[in-house]
Formats: sequence, C-alpha cells, structure tokens
Amino acid sequence: MTKRVLMYLNQFFGGIGGEDMASIEPSFKEEVIGPGVGIAAAIKDNAEIVGTIIMGDNYFGENEEEAKQFILDTINEVKPDVFCTGPAFNAGRYGFSCAGACQVAHEAGIPCVSGMYCENPGLEYCQSIAWVAETANAAAKMRKAIPAIANLVNKVCTGEEILPEVDGYFPKGVRKCIHVDRIGADRAIDMLLARLNDQPFTTELPMAEFDEVEPAPPIKDLSKATIAIVSSSGVVPAGNPDRLQSASAQQWNKYDVTGMDDLPAGDYYTVHGGYDPMYVNEMPTRAVPLDIMRELEHEGIIGHVYDTYYITTGTGTAVANAKKFGEEIGKELSELGCIDGVILTST
Amino acid sequence: MKLEQRLINVNRVELGSEAKVENGVLTVDVEGLRAALMDDDKIKDVKVDVCHPGDRTRIVPVKDVIEPRYRIGRKNGFPGVTTKYEEAGNGATAILKGAAVITIGDMVGFQEGVIDMWGEGATWTPFSKTCNIVVDITPIDGIDQHTHERVVRMAGLKAATFVGLAAKDVEPDEVKVLELGTMAEETEKYPDLPKVAMMEMTISQGLLHDTFYYGVDLKEILPTWYHPFTELDDAVISGNCVAACDKITTYQHQNNTMIDRLYEQHGKTINYIGNIWAPELTTLDGKFRNCDYAAQVAHQLGCDGVIITEEGYGNPDSDLVMNCKRLEDRGIKTTLVTDECSGWDGTSQPLTDNTKEAVAVISTGNVSMVVELEPADKVIGNLKSAQTLAGGWDGCAAEDGSLKVELNAVIGATSEIGFHNSSVQLY
Amino acid sequence: MVKEIERYGIPIVHMATITTISESVGANRIVPCVMIPSPVGNPNLAPEDEHKVRRELCERAVHALTVAVDKPTQFE
Repeated sequence: MTKRVLMYLNQFFGGIGGEDMASIEPSFKEEVIGPGVGIAAAIKDNAEIVGTIIMGDNYFGENEEEAKQFILDTINEVKPDVFCTGPAFNAGRYGFSCAGACQVAHEAGIPCVSGMYCENPGLEYCQSIAWVAETANAAAKMRKAIPAIANLVNKVCTGEEILPEVDGYFPKGVRKCIHVDRIGADRAIDMLLARLNDQPFTTELPMAEFDEVEPAPPIKDLSKATIAIVSSSGVVPAGNPDRLQSASAQQWNKYDVTGMDDLPAGDYYTVHGGYDPMYVNEMPTRAVPLDIMRELEHEGIIGHVYDTYYITTGTGTAVANAKKFGEEIGKELSELGCIDGVILTST
Repeated sequence: MKLEQRLINVNRVELGSEAKVENGVLTVDVEGLRAALMDDDKIKDVKVDVCHPGDRTRIVPVKDVIEPRYRIGRKNGFPGVTTKYEEAGNGATAILKGAAVITIGDMVGFQEGVIDMWGEGATWTPFSKTCNIVVDITPIDGIDQHTHERVVRMAGLKAATFVGLAAKDVEPDEVKVLELGTMAEETEKYPDLPKVAMMEMTISQGLLHDTFYYGVDLKEILPTWYHPFTELDDAVISGNCVAACDKITTYQHQNNTMIDRLYEQHGKTINYIGNIWAPELTTLDGKFRNCDYAAQVAHQLGCDGVIITEEGYGNPDSDLVMNCKRLEDRGIKTTLVTDECSGWDGTSQPLTDNTKEAVAVISTGNVSMVVELEPADKVIGNLKSAQTLAGGWDGCAAEDGSLKVELNAVIGATSEIGFHNSSVQLY
Repeated sequence: MVKEIERYGIPIVHMATITTISESVGANRIVPCVMIPSPVGNPNLAPEDEHKVRRELCERAVHALTVAVDKPTQFE
C-alpha cells in the first residue's frame, strides 16, 4: 500500500520568497514543491507526497503556538504516514522550525524524517525524535541530501531496520539490547588485538559527556535556614508501605518526620539491594541523618530540618529516572518556598 | 601448570536412588543428596527437582549455579572452602558437561534471579541450555541474612560435589589438556607476542556481595596476579547476590569464557600471562588503592594489553574507569567489558562514570531492558519472589503466571566476562 | 538527582562515598563520606566516636551550603 508523506518546507524552499517572506503565515498546498520533487521520485515505489506545509522561518519563531497548531491541524486532516521536513542544512531558524514541527508529528505518533548539518542548533532536539540525515552545511549540496532523506523515508515505509552506520543519520540515542552472533569474550579479544596491532575498531560503548549545572548561591544565614534531607539509600518505614523498588527505582517517596529526632531501627529499614544493608538497618540514620540534623536544629546551628524526607533507591536506577526524580523533587521543594538548602546522601 | 579436564557429556538428568552416568544420562541419588545437605543443622529441608532445555519451566529465585565435577586423585571439593586448601589448576578433573546444579529457596537478598528453560527468557540466559538439577534449600527459622547466605552457598557447593560423584571412574567422551608454563618459559617460546593479562574485577562489597578465592574473601586482599587455571579448577566461588544479570556464578568462574578464549589465543596472537584480581571495594580510598595496585601489578609484569572485565554496575563503574585510566597512563592498551543501565527506553547514559581513555569497550547489554515472559507450565521455586528481585517490581508477576522483568533479573543475561551473546545496538 | 534539584536554585550538597562519580556528574558541593553501606556513620567505631564522626560530617555538609563555589568542590 502506498504510504502518504507530508512535506514541510520554509518559505524559501517552498518557492514563496526569501528573507522578505520569512514572516509569512503558514500555508498547505496539495502539491510537491522544491526538494519534494527529488524526494518524491526516489520514494515512488513505497510512498507519495500528498502535500506540503510552507512555514516562514520567522513566523515559526515568533508564533510558535499558532504554528504548531497549524501543523497539528494539517496532520489531522491529511493523515500522513510519514512527516518529512527540510533539509535545513545549517540554517538555524529553519532547523528549529523543523525540530518543532517534528515534535508535533512525533507526539501525534507519526514517524519523522529530516536533514541537517551537524552544527544546526535545531539538531540536538530533533535527532532524538526524528531520523535526521546528515547533510553538508549549504544548500548547494541539495543533490546529496535528497537521496539521504529519501532513503530514510523509504525504510520507514517498508519497516526495514535503520542503522546509524548504514543510513547516515544522527543516532537517536536509543541503546537497544540485542543478541549477536558472537559472545562477549570473543568480541573483547578481537578488539584488544585490533588495538595492539594498530588496526581500526569500533567501540560498542562510547563514553558519555556529562553536562554541568550552575552552582546555586550559598545560604546567607544558616541559623535561619530550613534544610531538607533527600537520599538514594532506600530507607523507608517498616513494611515499605509504598513498595519502593529495591533496584531500578520507578518512583520516589516522602515521609513525614514532624516531631521526630530519630529514625529508629526496626521502625525504618532499607530496601536498597545494592549494598550490604546491615549497618543501615542497625541505624537508619547512618544513611538518612535526621538525628544529627535535629541536633544542629536544637542547637541553633541551622534554623530547621524540613519535616519531610525524600527517598528513592539508587542502584540500577537509570539516569533518566534519577533525572526525573530530581526534577520532581526539586520542583516540589522549590514550590514550598521555604527550603533554603538540601543535603542528599547516597550509598 | 597442567590441567586435564575429562568431559563426560550429559544430555538428560533423572532423579533416582543411585549416582551414576551412562550414555549421557545422569542419575542423581536424591535421598543421598538430601541427607548430605541436611547434615548442616541450619537446613530444615531440601527439595530436589530437574528440568531440561525446552521444558516450559521457570526457576526462581536463583542464587547460584555450580558445575558438578569429580576431582581425580585430589581432595574432592572446593579447595579452601568445602575441603582443606590444596593447590588448584594442576591435576585432573572429571566434569559432567551439560549438567548444572542450581540453588534456590527463600530469598536471601534482593538480587537473585530467574532462569527460563524455553521461549524468550531462554535466549537471555546460558543456563537454558544445561540440564539442571535444582536444589531448593529451606533454612531453619530465625537465622540472620549473613548466616542464611553462607548456609545456602555451602549447600550449593556440597550439592555439586555430591552430584559430581557420579563422574568417578567414568570414561570421558573428550579430554582437554591445558598447559601453561611460567611466564619466563612462555616468553622464551614466544618472545614477539604481546603480553596480555585479564584483569578480573569482582564484587567484594560486603554481605551478599562477596567473592572467594580458595575461601579467602577478596575484599580483604590486595590485587594480585593469579593463575587462570586455578579459577577453571574450582578455586573461585561466588558469594554474591549482585544483580543476577552480571553475577559471575560459580559455574561461570569454573567455565570462565574469557580465560578459555585467552588461552586459545596463547602462542598464536598473544602471550597470555595470566590474571589479576581487581576487587571492587566500597570506600573511595579502597578503590584508589585497589585500582592503583592492580595497574602496578600489570605494569610490573610487562603487560602490553589488558582485558578488564567488570562484575556489577553502579559504583563499580568507577573502578572500571579508574582501572582503565591507570593502565592507559602506563602505556598499556585496554579493552573493557561491561554492561549498561540505559533505562527502559535505552536513552539513559549507560555508565555512572566515565573517562576519555576508555576508547575500546564491549557492551554486554542493557540491564534495564524489560522482557515479557510467558507463563510457565511449571515453576520450580516461587514466582512471586520475582516482584522483590532487583529488576522486578510490585505487580510484575501477573495472576496468569506471566512475568515482566528487566534483564537485571535474568541469570547471566549481560555477563561481563563475555559468557553470553548479548550486546547493544545504538539506533 | 543532585543537579536537577540544584537547577531550581536551591543549594545542595552531595554526601557520598564515591566522590569521583559526584564530580564526573557535576555535583557542585560534595562531602566525602565514610563507606557505601554507611555513608553518615562508621560502624567500626565505638558509639561516642561514631557520633563525633557523624556530627562532623553533617556540620561540614551544612557549612558547604553557605560557601560560594564555581565548580565541583569537595569539602573535606
């Protein structure tokens, strides 16, 4: 069955005009325009382009909500199987516009394809939700970009496997566990031999980059400050009432400690399966130091210990979940308005 | 050292009243086995069952897997553990190849595992291909976790030795002889081959997370060179309930594929100079000390290359990259073997720590990947325990017996000694 | 989690044993702790001595919250 492809171009590639037309309102034409012509020819065995959205670069940037609504309305009307944007090469506004458009389609469940140069600012987000073919940095190389994009559209239509090493796109960043022909030991020895013999090899796990956060400003007057305790040690009330997982946490929990100076052994324990639980079960405050923090409070060194502590389990917990928990806990603490600082303990 | 392995192929196991193996059929003396194990007064009951590849059977919660063997003309057991110390690696052993003893029973720790003998689950564990003798151990009431773990650990080893008695005086189907001289001897034979060592990292972090060499707790030692044949010859046992997916079971120590493959290459592409223990400790000081020391040992031995294998994930990732950096800084080329925690959707950052020197890494799989396993016709053990396992969660075992778990919970799924064939593809 | 909470502008100190990981992931205020299974405690000490250690770690941690930093900093 022939698949339906919806194209998305800016005002220039859509044939309307140049910079002077960058703020033009979006339009939809049941036509094949600009790069669409080359792409349509290359995909004709599997799909047809049923129409083209033309979105002014500035219009998208200045009216994002309306722009996205237009795209969504068009998608709902046209019901495409694939959404194809750009190529945007290194054009920043166009790249953002393509990324935003892909977001709309992606959320509507439509697979997306695009084409960008590696430095396009719209790439970082777009590549996580669309197959973005790697292009040169100028439209002069359109002749190479078209087959690259068409190849991705074709494979999306036929359901053939799409691989970064084969199909020239920026990896989406999804690491899928698979079976392979050879066991790990054989692959490891081959890789070491390649290194020892100065031969090329490809690592199966490139090292990640970690991003940094601006340090938050320090507390000015500790004696008036409210400090909250957060921990990844898995310490919960006896019985684990909210069923916190012992590894690969899918949730975080919070527990009221109003009026409490301690987390007595027996009343509290740890469910964390990644470390020897003995010491923390003997004295849960070895992981969640409520007792010491209360001492500091009673002595006036800090103003107050927040009356709720936050807990999750930090083993085998995917970084994405940890990030989400941090965001959610951070949001809650921030919205309380009274939290001046946090101590976060890890095991 | 010269190690002679006399392999007796097993393709079927039956429960019976005598211990013997004939034409590939191993018979287990059930009452004898039970009596041998219940000699320990901390064990209340022992149940024995069997299953074979292809059976729609699920085994859970698995503590350890051990290969049944009979050590010929030597103390028969695990040296320094169930028998007195005796040098391993030099001598003959009869091995019931294709059979495995699996210990299950009340949960000791959160990180025990599941083995499926058929279907999707079977593709993720190497033990769906062995004929399994499953020993279900119930301890007496009121013992603490530490003792419980020890009791089950010892019982598993004794069970493997007891079952292994069937191999005594049996003609083997195949004999493998492994020989490695001293480093000086081998280097004289192969002066131009690069010297390669295996740096075996082990979980050595406290109760439920320990590894033992000749009965010595590896968290108490400084990293040292050791002879790989000793590991193949029953000197290393697993005392850990580290995540099932990358736990090196005792069976996998006995059949350490990385050692096997390195030995295969010895004299051809490499001069395999042996192994180095790199235990993963829980203090930062300890990590610095062990990683420095292990790299020093490798350097002193003149290594050109080292394969570093991990056990576990999380804080051990720190040791992994520290080991890597210290070796690379000394001009030694490394290849790392590790699994990753890339989340249910595969988009999370795979390791908790990193270093730019880690340019050559084998990934043995994403431990967070969720697999959906059909209901088994038979469960040996306790299905609901899957909900408390690392990799399981409340409600993951459905009423109909189907199971959704992360690979975390599947024994051997992401083996970091390269035992299994999982990997990761980036899309 | 540390970074995400800090993104809201709330100063946060990471009390952890494997501070190399804290640094790699970009936590800005770090207090090195005793051991993984007992970060704010030392079971090998007599109770009064352990209490001193625990107290000292927490005091250091809250103190870290009052210090301006511009990059991952360990408070030893």
